[in-house]
Amino acid sequence: MKREIGELVTNAAERRVPTLVNGRRQVPFRGVGGYEPRGSKHGPPIRSCRDYPADGDKRVAGLREALERAGLADGMTLSTHHHLRNGDRVALYALETAADMGVRDLMWFPSASFPCHEPVIGLMQRGAVHHIEGSMNGPLGRYCSSGRMRGLGVLRSHGGRWQAIQDGEVHVDVAVIAAPAADPFGNATGAFGPSACGSLGFALADSIYADRVIVVTDNIVPFPCLPWQIQGNNVDYVVEVESIGDPAKIVSGTTQITRSPDRLRIAELVARFIRDAGIMRDGFSFQAGAGGIALAFVPILARMMREAGVVAGFVRGGSTKYLVEMLEQGLTRAILDGQTFDLEGVRSIRENPRHVPTSPFTSYNWHGKGNFASMVDAVVLGATEVDLHFNANVVTHSDGVLLHGIGGWQNCLAARCTILALPSFRDRIPVIVDEVTTLCGPGELIDVVVTERGIAINPRRQDLLERVRGSDLPIRSLEEIKHEVERLLGGPPDRPELSDEPVAVVKWVDGTVLDTVWRVPGA
Amino acid sequence: MRADEGTAPMEFSHEQPALRTAEAGRAGDGVRADLRVRFEPRDGGPPEIVLERSKVAPFYGRSIREQAREVLDRLGVRSGRLTIEDEGALPLTIAARIECVVRRAGHPVPSPVLPGPVPARPPAPRDRLRRSRLYLPGHEPKLLVNAGLHGADGLILDLEDSVPPDAKDAARLLVRNALVALDFGAAERMVRINQLPAGLGDLDEIVPVDPDLVLIPKVESPDQVREVEARIEAIRRRTDRERPVWLMPILESALGIERAYEIASAADSVVALTVGLEDYTADLGVTKTREGGETLWARQRVVNAARAAGVEPIDSVWGDVADVEGLEAWARASRSLGFVGMGCVHPRQIPIVHQAFAPTREEIDRALRIVAAWEDARARGVAVVALGSKMIDPPVVERAFALVDRARRMGLVDDAARDAGSGR
Repeated sequence: MKREIGELVTNAAERRVPTLVNGRRQVPFRGVGGYEPRGSKHGPPIRSCRDYPADGDKRVAGLREALERAGLADGMTLSTHHHLRNGDRVALYALETAADMGVRDLMWFPSASFPCHEPVIGLMQRGAVHHIEGSMNGPLGRYCSSGRMRGLGVLRSHGGRWQAIQDGEVHVDVAVIAAPAADPFGNATGAFGPSACGSLGFALADSIYADRVIVVTDNIVPFPCLPWQIQGNNVDYVVEVESIGDPAKIVSGTTQITRSPDRLRIAELVARFIRDAGIMRDGFSFQAGAGGIALAFVPILARMMREAGVVAGFVRGGSTKYLVEMLEQGLTRAILDGQTFDLEGVRSIRENPRHVPTSPFTSYNWHGKGNFASMVDAVVLGATEVDLHFNANVVTHSDGVLLHGIGGWQNCLAARCTILALPSFRDRIPVIVDEVTTLCGPGELIDVVVTERGIAINPRRQDLLERVRGSDLPIRSLEEIKHEVERLLGGPPDRPELSDEPVAVVKWVDGTVLDTVWRVPGA
Repeated sequence: MRADEGTAPMEFSHEQPALRTAEAGRAGDGVRADLRVRFEPRDGGPPEIVLERSKVAPFYGRSIREQAREVLDRLGVRSGRLTIEDEGALPLTIAARIECVVRRAGHPVPSPVLPGPVPARPPAPRDRLRRSRLYLPGHEPKLLVNAGLHGADGLILDLEDSVPPDAKDAARLLVRNALVALDFGAAERMVRINQLPAGLGDLDEIVPVDPDLVLIPKVESPDQVREVEARIEAIRRRTDRERPVWLMPILESALGIERAYEIASAADSVVALTVGLEDYTADLGVTKTREGGETLWARQRVVNAARAAGVEPIDSVWGDVADVEGLEAWARASRSLGFVGMGCVHPRQIPIVHQAFAPTREEIDRALRIVAAWEDARARGVAVVALGSKMIDPPVVERAFALVDRARRMGLVDDAARDAGSGR
C-alpha cells in the first residue's frame, strides 16, 4: 500500500525514519534531550457554561446521539482509554456506532489497545477507521505489520501521547471516556462501580484537550460523584449504557505470582541488585509493573526491606495486591498509581488516601514542569530485545511483527536506575542481539539488564559497577551472556527479511521519530 | 554434533529392516521447548524433511532442517519422510526426538548422534555437599535447560516416577543428550533410573555420558545395588570411562527399611542413602501427614543405617511447593534427626532447604571455639582440651571439626576462621 512518507532520513540513532507521517511533517530523533519545541501549547476551543444545562444534567439518550451532537464527521480523530483493559466494551461501541452513522476514515487514538479490540480490523476494512495511532497489540499489531492499514501507525509512550496532544500534533475531535462511575454532570471516577478499574488517568488529557468529551457509564450516581478524577466541567455529554466492560477482564480477581523457576530467579536477582547496590535505603522509590517478573520482584524486595528495616518514600504502580500489602504493612509511605491491576488495588485506591491515582501528566509528561519518572530511584521493566549497546525494543519481536505497545516504558527510562528484567531467550529466540529490530529505548538510558544467567551493568554506570563489586551477584557482560545463549541455541539466529516499506513509526518522548516499523512479508 | 564412540554395542544389519510409522515428542498448546516428529517409511530415498510448523522458523528453520537431515544421515536412515512440528526446541532435544522416532519406527541405531558437548566439570568427590537435590522430569526439556542456574547441590534427571510410561524411551535419550550438552554448573549430575530390571537398560544409555551419581529406586535388597554397580562397571570398562559414578539407593518399602544397613553397605560406590516416603507410607497403609510421625522410625532407621555404613543420610521431599512454612519445619526437623539434605520438587525450595540444613551461627561459633581450643592445646603439647573451665571430650572435638568443615563448604565461615580450622 502506498503511503506518503516524504523521504527516509537517518536520525541521530542511525535509524532510517520517514519525514512525513499521516500528512504531518516530522522531526527525526536528535538524541536524548536534543529537541525542545518552543511556542504555546495547543488549547481546546473556548466553551461557555451558558451552552450547557444549568441543572448540570448532560445526559443524552445514547452514544449515537452524543456522537451526532459532537459533530463527529469523516476524517476526524476519536479517542478512547484503556483502563478497562481487555474487558473494554466502550471503544468498540463508539467506533461501531460511528460506522453505523456512516462516518468514514476516522483516526482511532486509543491510549492502548487490547486483543478485545480485534474487530477494529473489520472497521478498517470497511473504511470506517482509516488508521490507528496508539499501541497495537496482538491481532491489530499483526494487521499493521502486514501493511494493510491505510495510514501509518504511530506508537507513542503514555507521556508521549500527552505531549503529542499538547503540541497539537494530534488534535482529538471527540473523546469517548468509559467511566465505572459518573454523575449526570460528567464528573467520573474509576474507583467504584461494577466495572471499577481504579485510576482513569489515561483519559485525563483527552478530557482536557478534546473538542468534545463524552462520558459513557454503566453506573450513574447522583451529583457529586466523589472522588472525581475526570472533571465534569470538561465534559459535554453523559451517556448511560448497560455495561461498559467485562469486570473479569478489567482487573484480576487475585494476582498470582509466577511459578516459572527462571522468572522467579530473575526477580530474585533484581531485588538483590537493588539491595546490594545500595538503592534500597530509607525513603527510596521504585516502580514495577504487573508483568510476571516485575510482579514476582515486589514481594521479594518487600521481604528484604522488612529484614533491613527500610521504608520506601513512594512506589509507582501499576498497583497490585503486593504493592497494597507494602502500603498497609508500612513498607512504603504512598502508592502513586497510574493503573490498577487487581481488585485489591481497586479497593485500596478507593479507601486509602495514601494510594493516589495519577496520570501521564504527573508521571511522564515531557511538557510538564517536571514529572515523577525522573524522581524514581529504580524502575523494573521488560523488553523484547536488547542489543550489546543496551538499546532495547519493546514493540516488535525479532521477526519484526508489531505485537506490543510502548506504554510508559520510554518515560520510565528517566529513572535513576533503569533495570530491564528479561529471560535471556524465549523459546529458541535470543533476547540479547547484535542490533535491536526496532529501537524504542536508547542504550544510554538503560543501566542494568538482569537475566536468569546473570546481571549486565552498562559500562556508562561505573558507579553501579563499583557499588556491587565484591558482592556475590553474578555480574557479567552482555557479550558473555549472549555468547553462552547462542551456544545453547545452536548458533546465532538467521535474521528475517523485512521489507523497505514503513508501516508505523516509534516516537521518542519528545515527539521526534526514533525508529520505523517495517512491513513484514507474510505477516 | 558428534557420533559417539563410547556406546553400547548393538546388533546392526545393513539390510533394510521392516519399518513402521512412528511419532515422538510433543507439540501444541502449552508445549514449549519441545517438538513432535513423525517418521513415515518410504521405499526410496533420499529422506524427505518437512518442517510443518515452527515458532522459530524465521530464525532457525534452516538450522532445524539441516540438523534433521544430519541426524537421519548419521543414524543410517536412507529414506522416509520426517515431519516436524516445533515449539522452539533446542538442538539437543531435536536430536533426541529424531533418534527416538527412528528407534520407534524399528530402524536399528548403530550409534547415537550426540549434541555438541559442554566442557566436563571435575568429578564430584564422594563426600560433597548434598543438601538439596532437585527433581526434574526427564521427558520435559523446558525444565532441564536452565536447571543448573538455581543453585541446587544436585540435579536429578528423573527417568522413573515423573515420566509417563509411554515417554520412558524418549526420556532416556533426552536425559542422555542433556548430560552431554547442558552446563549444570556446580551441581552434581544425578539420574534416577527406573526400577530394576528396566533401570539396567537406562544405564546403557546414561553411563557412557558420565553422570556423577545414579539413584536406584525402590531398593529392597543389597543384590540390587550390586547388580547396578556391576552393570555400571561393565559399561565403564567397555567405554573407557574413568569418572566415578556414585550410587544413592532409595528405600521406599517396609522391607527396604528393614534392610537399610545391608543396602547402604552393599557396594563401595554407595555414597548416600535416602528414603521415598510416598511409596513407603503406601506400603504401610498409612496416610502421610504434615508432621510425619508415621515415618519417624523409618527415617531414624535410615539415618542410623547410613551412618553405620559410612554414607550420607538424605531425607525425602516436601511435595507442597506453596507450603513454605511446612517445608522449613520439616527440613529443620530433618536436620535434627541427622539427615544432611533432602529432595526438592521446585527450585524455590532450594534456598529454604539450604538454610535449614546449615549450622546456626551459634553452632558455628561454638565449633570454632572448640577447634581453636584444640589447636591451642596441641600447640602447648597438652592432651586435654578445655573451653574455659570445661573439659571437651574427643567426640565433641570431632563433631566440631566436622561442623566447621561443613560450614566452610557452605561458605558460612570466613577466611580467618577457615585458616584456624585448617591446621588439623
